[in-house]
Amino acid sequence: MPEHTPADHRTMIEISRVTRSYGAFKALDDASLTIREGEFFSLLGPSGCGKTTLLRMIAGFDNPTSGTIAVDGQPMDGIPANRRPTNMVFQSYAIFPHLNVEQNVAYGLKRLRLGAAEEKRRVEEALAQVSLTGLGKRGATELSGGQRQRVALARALVMRPKVLLLDEPLSALDKKLREQMQVELRRLQQAVGITFILVTHDQYEALAMSDRIAVMFGGRIAQVASPKEIYQRPVNRQVADFLGGMNFVKAEIVEENGASLVVDTLGFGRVRTDKPAAFVRNGKAATLGIRPERLRVLWDDAKAKFEVAGRVVERHYFGEITHLIVEIPGLENPLSVTETNDFGADDIPVGAPIRLAYDPDALVAMAD
Amino acid sequence: MTAAAEGSPPLALGRRRRSSLLQTEPAQGFALISPTFLYALVLLVVPILVVVAHSFWTQNYLTIDRSFTLENYRVALTEPIYRDLLMRSLWISLLVSFFTVVMAYPIAYFISFHGGQHKGLWLFLITIPFWTSYLLRVMSWRVILGYNGVLNSGLMGLGFISEPSTALLYNTSAVVITLTHAWAAFAILPIFVSLEKVDRSLIEAATDLGDGPLRRFLRITLPLSSPGVIAALLIVMIPTVGDFVTPRLVGGKDGVMIANAIQAQFSKAANWPLGAALSVTTMVIVTAMAAAAVLIIRSAARLAR
Repeated sequence: MPEHTPADHRTMIEISRVTRSYGAFKALDDASLTIREGEFFSLLGPSGCGKTTLLRMIAGFDNPTSGTIAVDGQPMDGIPANRRPTNMVFQSYAIFPHLNVEQNVAYGLKRLRLGAAEEKRRVEEALAQVSLTGLGKRGATELSGGQRQRVALARALVMRPKVLLLDEPLSALDKKLREQMQVELRRLQQAVGITFILVTHDQYEALAMSDRIAVMFGGRIAQVASPKEIYQRPVNRQVADFLGGMNFVKAEIVEENGASLVVDTLGFGRVRTDKPAAFVRNGKAATLGIRPERLRVLWDDAKAKFEVAGRVVERHYFGEITHLIVEIPGLENPLSVTETNDFGADDIPVGAPIRLAYDPDALVAMAD
Repeated sequence: MTAAAEGSPPLALGRRRRSSLLQTEPAQGFALISPTFLYALVLLVVPILVVVAHSFWTQNYLTIDRSFTLENYRVALTEPIYRDLLMRSLWISLLVSFFTVVMAYPIAYFISFHGGQHKGLWLFLITIPFWTSYLLRVMSWRVILGYNGVLNSGLMGLGFISEPSTALLYNTSAVVITLTHAWAAFAILPIFVSLEKVDRSLIEAATDLGDGPLRRFLRITLPLSSPGVIAALLIVMIPTVGDFVTPRLVGGKDGVMIANAIQAQFSKAANWPLGAALSVTTMVIVTAMAAAAVLIIRSAARLAR
């Protein structure tokens, strides 16, 4: 897969200070966001965080209470959903039950009056893109879940939208099919070069597919960054917690300057870390985080420059990996450690003393 | 059957088999419908058979001649008076069912799509006219359409006409108006139910694919609610062909329908076999018409794609 570089692309969607209130409740609160052309962008967050509201406002099914949304430089205020250059893949797929696959895919083309030959060509092309060639005459009710999803995708892609909106498109599929579709969707997006906006509550889905992710909580956008940065440098505990496991260690700020932060912790001692861009100091207290897989078990008398010592209190076996819960003297909460099983981490007895190595770069300081 | 393999007594096995037969789904289904089924058999199928039998016999003053004849059908199908009455009845019932559905659809649509929290209240309001008897509702149309009726005095009061119009009551259109009103609720309910079943995300999907309100109604909502429209048409069409009270009360000379003729044969004219033949003919034609209506609507829905 060629490396995608959307950085040099121009802006496709500009969301400026958008708020959507229902009475006193704000489903979306002063959200601003720029999405670039050709980008695979994910809106990630727990249910009720406002991600679907935002997607539906881009599609035109809902309107901002205040703020504006522009698609390809055009403000969308007052433009109804049927005249926007966006198309959507619905969570329920919304396949028209009285039409067959071909008629479903051709639905939006009918109005364009392309002529029978051109229409047929585009339908065939869209069906080929989603690997449904030959199923055109199949009735909508005779499709499997995965096939329905592909029809919904083809029906939207055939319109050649500027932006394709995907509302939790994979949530109804079983795990194996979902993982397969993640790869396929990403490949398809790279092939057609259309801007994709995916709404999901599945952090792995967002990490695996996106160029950039916006993590949302309670109607607000918490962080917008690449999957790697979001995972490795979360701006706060909420984001860190939502994207997989994270060990949190209480820390006290001893020095703060432009780019770095020096904190004192009980288990890890004095640590100098990069200061996150969005770091807002809140007294002396801070939190230091480290991902479980960034702690490595030190075997026998192996030495590491940075290490902590403790005792195994729990062991959970997951096939290729083992989760160890390790108590460190002085730390309030035990650390969780993920270790691959190639060296026998699954045989470490509970209660055994253990030493863990870490890279100080893996430690991330967060605002509380 | 592990129990059988372990050598349980054959008696117990037989009993269990019998009870499991009673517990099969079809058996339970038959058991559930059997009271209704018996009722329908005795009070519907048997009378129909009696009517069909009579239609092949001859009235011989006070007695019935039970020798087989097709004479009644010859009269029913060829006598101009009965042919005209039948045609008029079918025409009226077609008009009534058409107007009823056309008027009921927007109401059902409104309740389903814009009823919000008050759908139940709206449906309840629709049933209110049915708290009074059918007869009273028909009579009240006489009050509205009559010579000194509400409509005439209203039009005169507004100066549109100088003397009361006699064109309002005692004709075919009076029958159509009265029946359309009388059957409205029976058309609204099935259409409402089928509109409720239309997945709203399908309408959003149609919008997303570029359809405005009219197009998405014609391409999605209407085809998907066609089962309700068909049901409403049949529910109105079938009983109105045989309606007898309304033409009698508001139809006048022009509004007489086949049921009035059938009633006359069974009472004043005392020709049961002819009345029976007229009934059977009407039933057969109504069935054919209903089937035709279903086929036409289905193919229309298919074309709308």
